[in-house]
Amino acid sequence: MHESAAQIFINAFLANNFVLAMFLGLCPFIGVSGKLETAVPMGVASTFVMLVASLCAFGINILLAHLGLEFLRLIAYIVIIASTVQLVEMVLKKYSPSLFRALGIYLPLITTNCAVLGVALFQTAREYDFVQSITFAVGAGAGFTLALVLMASVRERLQLSDVPAVAQGTALSLMLAGILSLAFMGFAGLGG
Amino acid sequence: MNASTTERWDEFMEGIWRQNPLFVMVLGLCPALAVTVSAVNALSMGLATTFVLTCSCVLVSLLRKLIPKEVRIATYIVIIATFVTVVDYLIQAISLALYDALGAFIQLIVVNCIILGRAEAHASKNPLLPTLINALGMSAGFTLGLFALGAVREILGAGTFFGIALFGADFQPWVVMVLPPGGFFVLGAWLLIFAAIARRRQKKLAENIQNA
Repeated sequence: MHESAAQIFINAFLANNFVLAMFLGLCPFIGVSGKLETAVPMGVASTFVMLVASLCAFGINILLAHLGLEFLRLIAYIVIIASTVQLVEMVLKKYSPSLFRALGIYLPLITTNCAVLGVALFQTAREYDFVQSITFAVGAGAGFTLALVLMASVRERLQLSDVPAVAQGTALSLMLAGILSLAFMGFAGLGG
Repeated sequence: MNASTTERWDEFMEGIWRQNPLFVMVLGLCPALAVTVSAVNALSMGLATTFVLTCSCVLVSLLRKLIPKEVRIATYIVIIATFVTVVDYLIQAISLALYDALGAFIQLIVVNCIILGRAEAHASKNPLLPTLINALGMSAGFTLGLFALGAVREILGAGTFFGIALFGADFQPWVVMVLPPGGFFVLGAWLLIFAAIARRRQKKLAENIQNA
């Protein structure tokens, strides 16, 4: 089955949104989506890591297949992701210390963001070629950012409203995520 | 029961109830929501995670004096990834149907925050036995949580439990429950229930203190 680049992008971005339809990257989704001003940079940083990880994973996969060492794939991927995150961390620390502090613990935690590893694993499982892999990574990153921004906007509004004390916190965020996810189901079939 | 046995039991129960990874700490959400469309899937995922969590924590605990502090996280991740690869091939060998149902989420156990969290917060500082008990308790708590989600979603969304039809032919399944939004709703509902219980307990405790 050959998918065009546009189809892959729409699929990863909307129809099969990484967060709301495939449940990838939920920890930062719940954790960082409190404020809009941290949600956007978090989304962009994750997207960058996804793109680099996807590129490296593509190369590593060819190399491992050539050597017949496919069972090392998972370990190789996770090491790549960890080093990319380290790189992003150093760059941010140098050029934007305030942002670095705002993201706090969630920045190193991009390593354990399943969306990043998910991109690398899915592109291998679906046997995407080079262009398809890049499109997939960008689409997934954009979808992750979109979900994060939507959620942050809703939660900023929510702070002004009167919520029963029992429902405050994570329970309410999950319910909201459920409603967002329902809305995103409307995009099903868009990617063909 | 002597004192040390009680203590160990307490440590085991901590993972199941007071620090339940799913309902109290809200960690490891991705597999929790993605694979819990049926009780069987939820249980298998729980068992796979149990294996990885226990083995990794034991190994980390045994090697805790050998691993240099600077590269400890990287070392933990490589250890975890190794055990996940083992589980991945194991499930593939045992049941191909199950492997297809769980899909990429078996490999995604690597990035389950519970495992890395346990390795860093507990296994790296404690000797073998307490680590083992703590890891088993946490895994049991996680598995129970997954099962609670999977069972509710399967009963409401498909009208079955472990594949056995419960309500007869007239039952109209509540399909949304096995679709992605259902996962969020069911977990949210469980969290609400636990929050309500916790609040009631706190109230009672406060009243008792006031009366005394």
